Amino acid sequence: MDEIASLLEPQIPGLRRYAWALLRDGEAADDLVQDTLERAISRWSQRRDGDLKAWLFAIQRNLFINGLRRRKARGTRVGEEALNDVPAPGMSPESHAGLHDVLKGLDALPEEQRSILLLVGVEDLSYEQAAQVLDIPLGTVMSRLSRARARLRDFMETGRGAVLRRVK
Amino acid sequence: MTGERPIGEDDLQAFVDGRLSPSRLEAVRAYLADHSATAEQVEREIEHREALRTRLAFKAREPIPSRLRIANLVAAQRRSPLVRPAAYAAALAWLAIGGILGAWGGVWWASRAQTQSAAISVADNAIAAHRIYVSERLHPVEVPADQEAHLVQWLSRRVGKPLTAPNLNAQGYHLIGGRLLPDSGEAAAQFMYENVGGNRLTLYARSGGSEAQTSFRFEEQGGVSAFSWIDKGLSYVVSAKADRTQLLPIAEAIFKQFEAAGDPAKGHL
Repeated sequence: MDEIASLLEPQIPGLRRYAWALLRDGEAADDLVQDTLERAISRWSQRRDGDLKAWLFAIQRNLFINGLRRRKARGTRVGEEALNDVPAPGMSPESHAGLHDVLKGLDALPEEQRSILLLVGVEDLSYEQAAQVLDIPLGTVMSRLSRARARLRDFMETGRGAVLRRVK
Repeated sequence: MTGERPIGEDDLQAFVDGRLSPSRLEAVRAYLADHSATAEQVEREIEHREALRTRLAFKAREPIPSRLRIANLVAAQRRSPLVRPAAYAAALAWLAIGGILGAWGGVWWASRAQTQSAAISVADNAIAAHRIYVSERLHPVEVPADQEAHLVQWLSRRVGKPLTAPNLNAQGYHLIGGRLLPDSGEAAAQFMYENVGGNRLTLYARSGGSEAQTSFRFEEQGGVSAFSWIDKGLSYVVSAKADRTQLLPIAEAIFKQFEAAGDPAKGHL
């Protein structure tokens, strides 16, 4: 058990950051991290000798995706907190000044692009680790990363993109 | 010369992430010096990457809530383990015959319903193959046991994973041979054994199952009993005209032989 703790605990700050960036809600993010850790502990004996960090982020990302699917199947439900995130049209002083919060830019991207920006750019996963987490070939990691960065750049310059996702 | 390889989007992304080798870095710098529009885009992307890191850094610096402490999570799981019914039944069966230590329980409990269903179809195919070939008088096997080394090598190559024909002398069965079979478009291997009374059992193996290991799963179809499980990327099914209590020790013996062969550290079990 001490071995499990000493290997898992150093990964928790990163897992919390990734979860928060995906969910943007402190409680929900820690719920996701808790689910991830519980699953990791219960499957510890099945863990192959592969990369622990990639394994953990893959578990967390899959749990997040499955949660998204379930929510979609039930119909979207948002908490009150989510309403605060929706910018009032034309009212944000930042958008007038052309200064966009990079998190708003992140929101404008589809999940697979958000995840790759976070995993590679923030969590410092190697490209190989990211390929493992997202279960895609290395070449796809590079082209997806390239597309995600181009799209974020586009949003940050023009402010377009975020609205589409909110409406959907 | 590596320097002559044209610059690609992978180079530019690795440049943004600061992950280029020194020689490649030089080549990318030279390229960007000649392509100012691309250079400007790359510059923006580096800024955005930094902005995202800065913006999210606070979360990783927060103290970890106590509910995420590993010691607390492990203790909570001990109090109320997430037990799945089918796997739990199998774990109980193991305990009943005293063949398994508590520490192994986690492996069974953690197995997933998804792989269990994959195991079901393999079991169906294995039982069907069992029925057809054990009753065969003239050609029960394709390659007889006197060519065991060749048989095992051949089937391993076709199935795509190293196989072994377990030794079941202690259970009163000896190998009579094996054959190659099709299973959902893949190759499967069947080893056949016989005891002095002329009763036959088969061990069926095919590659498949993403999980490292699953629990034993029992089923009975028209008098044929079968235990199936997945281990190290192979689905196994042992079938015989026997009841559950007779077949279980045989399945257990096979499983243990594979464990001991695959992992010397566990050989003492």
